Amino acid sequence: MEALERHVTAAPLDVRAERRGLAGRSLPARSPARTSAAAAAAAAAIIITMNPDLRREREAAAFQSELLTHVLDGGAERTSRRREIEALVLNDPEFQHEDLNFLSRSQRYEVAIRKSALMVMKLREYGIADPDEIYWFKSFIHHGRPEPLDLHLGMFLPTLLTQATQEQQDRFFMPAWNLEIIGTYAQTEMGHGTHLRGLETTATYDPATQEFILNSPTVTSIKWWPGGLGKTSNHAIVLAQLYTQGQCKGLHAFIVPIRQLGTHEPLPGITVGDIGPKFGYDEMDNGYLKMDNFRIPRENMLMKYAKVEPDGTYVKPLSDKLTYGTMVFIRSIIVGDSARSLSRACTIAIRYSAVRHQSELKPGEPEPQILDYQTQQYKLFPLLATAYAFHFVGAYMKETYLRITGDISEGDLSQLPELHALTAGLKAFTSWIANAGIEECRMACGGHGYSRCSGLPDIYVTFTPSCTYEGENTVMMLQTARLVEAAAKNLQGELNRRESKEDAWNRTSVDLVRASEAHCHYVVVKLFTAKLSEISDAAVRAIMTNLCLLYALHGISKHTGDFLQAGILTDAQVTQVYQHVKDLLAVIRPNAVALVDSFDFHDSHLGSVLGRYDGNIYENMFEWAKKSPLNKTEVHESFHKHLKPMQAKL
Amino acid sequence: MAPTRYLRSSASRDVNPDLDIERKTPSFDVEKLTTILDGGAENTRVRRAVEAVIHSDPVFSREDKYFLSQNESYEAAVKKAVHLKKMMHQMKWSWAGSECKYCNRALGGEVAFTLHNIFMESILALSTDEQTAKWIPLAENYRILGSYAQTELGHGTYIRGFETTATFNISTQEFVLNTPKISAMKWWPGDLGRSATHTVVFAQLYIKGKCYGVHPFIVQIRSLHDHSPAPGVTVGDIGPKMDFNHIDNGYLLLQDVRVPRENMLSRFCEVLADGTYVKRGSEKINYFNMIIIRVKMLSNEVVPTLMKACTIAIRYSVVRRQSELMPGDQEAKILDYQTQQQKLLPVLAIAYAFHFMNEYMNELFSKGYREIKQKNFDSLPELHAFSSGLKAIVTEHSTAGVETCRKACGGHGYSLLSGLPSLYTRLAASCTYEGENTVLLLQTARFLVKCLGAARSGQPVPPSVAYLSAVNSERCLVRDKRDLLQPDVYVEAYRHVAIRVLSSAAAKLQALVQSGAEQHEAWHQCTVQLVHAAKAHCHYHVVKSFAEAVEKLGQEAGIQRIMKHLCGLFALHGIFSNTGDFLHDGYISGDQVDMMTASYLDLLAIVRKDAVPLVDAFDFTDETLNSALGSYDGHVYRRLYQWARKSPSNTKQANQVYENYLKPLFQNGLSKL
Repeated sequence: MEALERHVTAAPLDVRAERRGLAGRSLPARSPARTSAAAAAAAAAIIITMNPDLRREREAAAFQSELLTHVLDGGAERTSRRREIEALVLNDPEFQHEDLNFLSRSQRYEVAIRKSALMVMKLREYGIADPDEIYWFKSFIHHGRPEPLDLHLGMFLPTLLTQATQEQQDRFFMPAWNLEIIGTYAQTEMGHGTHLRGLETTATYDPATQEFILNSPTVTSIKWWPGGLGKTSNHAIVLAQLYTQGQCKGLHAFIVPIRQLGTHEPLPGITVGDIGPKFGYDEMDNGYLKMDNFRIPRENMLMKYAKVEPDGTYVKPLSDKLTYGTMVFIRSIIVGDSARSLSRACTIAIRYSAVRHQSELKPGEPEPQILDYQTQQYKLFPLLATAYAFHFVGAYMKETYLRITGDISEGDLSQLPELHALTAGLKAFTSWIANAGIEECRMACGGHGYSRCSGLPDIYVTFTPSCTYEGENTVMMLQTARLVEAAAKNLQGELNRRESKEDAWNRTSVDLVRASEAHCHYVVVKLFTAKLSEISDAAVRAIMTNLCLLYALHGISKHTGDFLQAGILTDAQVTQVYQHVKDLLAVIRPNAVALVDSFDFHDSHLGSVLGRYDGNIYENMFEWAKKSPLNKTEVHESFHKHLKPMQAKL
Repeated sequence: MAPTRYLRSSASRDVNPDLDIERKTPSFDVEKLTTILDGGAENTRVRRAVEAVIHSDPVFSREDKYFLSQNESYEAAVKKAVHLKKMMHQMKWSWAGSECKYCNRALGGEVAFTLHNIFMESILALSTDEQTAKWIPLAENYRILGSYAQTELGHGTYIRGFETTATFNISTQEFVLNTPKISAMKWWPGDLGRSATHTVVFAQLYIKGKCYGVHPFIVQIRSLHDHSPAPGVTVGDIGPKMDFNHIDNGYLLLQDVRVPRENMLSRFCEVLADGTYVKRGSEKINYFNMIIIRVKMLSNEVVPTLMKACTIAIRYSVVRRQSELMPGDQEAKILDYQTQQQKLLPVLAIAYAFHFMNEYMNELFSKGYREIKQKNFDSLPELHAFSSGLKAIVTEHSTAGVETCRKACGGHGYSLLSGLPSLYTRLAASCTYEGENTVLLLQTARFLVKCLGAARSGQPVPPSVAYLSAVNSERCLVRDKRDLLQPDVYVEAYRHVAIRVLSSAAAKLQALVQSGAEQHEAWHQCTVQLVHAAKAHCHYHVVKSFAEAVEKLGQEAGIQRIMKHLCGLFALHGIFSNTGDFLHDGYISGDQVDMMTASYLDLLAIVRKDAVPLVDAFDFTDETLNSALGSYDGHVYRRLYQWARKSPSNTKQANQVYENYLKPLFQNGLSKL
């Protein structure tokens, strides 16, 4: 617990610099007694080592970036508490490891599982129990990356809490809490994703033995994708079509042991393994699961709501709206992720653009910072504004979730369907935009963005599945569309011409997706605007007001067709919008670096040579490259195996 | 009946019925379209023969591609390159011939030594006859392995900013090469990190303290005996990248590395023994060669990659069934959803549009080449501007298109086994190499602004910008939605927008200059608009060249009809995605936009019927696609399952993690707490 009591007392800039390990040059890396005097001395050293371009940028900012960090964190106390938690990881040698870019997939899995096990133990050792604090701790340990216990902690345990009976909790919860049982959540099948009713796995009740018989009847019914299933878990909550007394009762959840405790070998009747390499998620053992007449006791069906009696009688659940709450929660996390991932990408691209010099703006003058080019600003600043906007949307969704879980416990379910629909749209909207935005940041870094040392490819491949998991985005948008009245006109027209409502829906779905996007865009602008009045510091409020304006106007400039066609804007006004966007770019420019500093990502979390806080990019790219696996020996073995024999023959 | 579909025959293989039925009633002759895409039936024959040879050789198998580490990928690429060289020798295929191109296609470009060819090409382009006679035979016989070292850690597009120096030492008759600081290290050149023995280094030439600008030098970087770095040379691999991990992109640091005076490639400039600098001839021809590399890249790499992605995503979308269109029906093929069609079919149209664009550009370049050979360089600025802008928009749209295909495949698109992530990561590099796209677009814009001025003052302008001389039309007069599908109607709309956007950027530029801004500052203020103008110009040309190519297709075999639909889809999709550009000055009205949207959605339904035959016509072998989702027989799930089981993560050794970490965790990790 001692570690928790350490306080950082230096001035804001010093805090930042120290946290970024800059002070490490003049102090032993893990010095236990770091006084503010030492930090100040270290800060003096920084002035020398920090890239001069970045130093100038920081000095020229019109606001204190530390104060904006407090706004993002929800208060100065929360910022300092977050940093304390992060310091616990940073100062712990057990959490250190080699750069992940140089490891094979199997090594990355191994590093992740080692850290995950440590994480669970240390969380309890330090007594960290607040959900936000757990999140900070976890995300700092894993650098915001997935890890093999994600599904155990995020789905298996919560599902037990919400859907298991008391008896089931007694049997499973403590062993799972103590990681004797590691579970996952197996829903998606190879042939079926978003459409749950299409799932094919069956659980057939056998009253003679009081068991369910689980089967994967086809190749397409093999469970496919669940995280932690491939290698890590020994149990899974399996979603299957329940058959009892000859009738299908729809999807239900079952606790299925899949591996032998003690040997970890798959149980007879179970085929389980890893689904192979993916775009990203190297540390996650996404798995497959095939069941052949695998029997589990009746008591392993999660029966808090629906039940199967010993004789096979099915008892219906009270309400199916309860799962909405969980979905809203997961979507709020994805929206938060959109904001964080885009923020990381912006941090890297903007710092790099302030350090990189290229070409000429004025003949004969030295090469300018690429951030001085209007085209570069036009690529990056709207994304920066978007990152802030999404941050506030994420916070709003989290508050909403907390509010409706309160309502649910009081029995008020009336707002749920609407919230469900809105959050579906926001999830899709933010993840689509962030996804594209991360890639724009990468390309804005030119060739070096393509190197894994930039960290940008990794952010992209880690984030991009958000567009397809937890509800494919187009489907999400269409859920929102069912609420949006703007699309109603066209639908009505189609309805008159087409024979069926479903056909009309399909024919107009492209329009409907557009309408939902517009609606979400509106909601985001509204939430961003509402946030401004809550900011107390005038300088911070001023720059955020400009960012908010940039977000709104840039959005209009990208969709001028919608505004022109509806007669909302004239040609002249559209031209003014374009001009205003360009003017705002110039206003943001001197504050750009400070604005990304406010996201307060530690270098070790950012994982990017291009985005280093100190801006010493080129020398560190060289250091990084020297560690490449291809450089292990001065002459690569391929020379002896392939090149030399070829040359000898010619 | 298709004659030689040795790997594709549905007769000999059982094909997923959902895919098979899509091939039953194509509206056009698929084989005929394949030969058109190949540029003639003879090319198709040669290509298939090459593919048959390559695919029957186990050394060229790419089945384990997705399981390899960076080291293993590199080694596999070297092994394949060596084997390919041997095979080409046996088959008597030449490097310059079409067979080589088809080998590359069959292998998905995953061979080493691609820079060796650039090395040779640059020597041929930049050296004197004596230098050619010395180096080319060595390179041809692989006595030496070459690379091409231009880009530096701190400098890319802007060649004048390079910092590497080559200082002439009169007393020893040598150039002394140096990397004065870290940002001057050569960084990124392919084959440099581990393979190359020699490289062409671009450095600032200094004679007697005076700088003469950037020049090329041949530098030996590794021993021909034991491959160890030459004295003064620090060389290595730059580390893992988003893709291209089979290529050893390298860094190079030079400390007082001496090369003889004869190693400066001296076709255009020479340093005499006494240190006199002599310039001769025109470097323009060399410039032309750089542009040619760009154009070849589009037709040999970029567009085929997009076509592969379309093939995979469209085949998968007729096999994948999801949700219900009608209550109670079987789950529908996802390609039957309008939203899925709207993602994939415009991308398919883009692939065809770019194919015809490339053909047009190749013609333009052949003509330009003939002129340049006769020392007529008049067309060079136009070719440069045209290829720059097109490189930018073709790579941008192709990259985005591949990613659209990947995401349209839902979760399975995220598996490497779908083949889509690596198509994307390969292509993603193309937006920044061979010229960063924004920089290229601004070069195009500079040319356009100049030509607009010339056109307005009545001077002659090159053909690709001749349209700037005409008076811009004011309104689109179409009243019926069918008329919107007339090529002259939509080509005119694109032309109108291209002129309007350019004119307004030029007007702004002029206004700023008149209000006292310096030229460069005014330019800087307008760059966002200028990029927009360059894109509009290119977009217009792509639509126009597609429409003209369709006109030239024969009417037989239904090909012209389906291509006309695709051309319309391409054009209307562009309008649908940027309605603001077309509405801005009232060229089209709100009602016309509604009509266009309706026509566009109608086209989706029409092209949907031929979607699978249209990707079959690209004629990629399963081995080339290397995808569990996109194979010709459509047995997606079976293949995905079988392939995943071969993953190294499922071998016995992988279970060590259990022994090392999980077992302690399960047994005693937390129960003590």
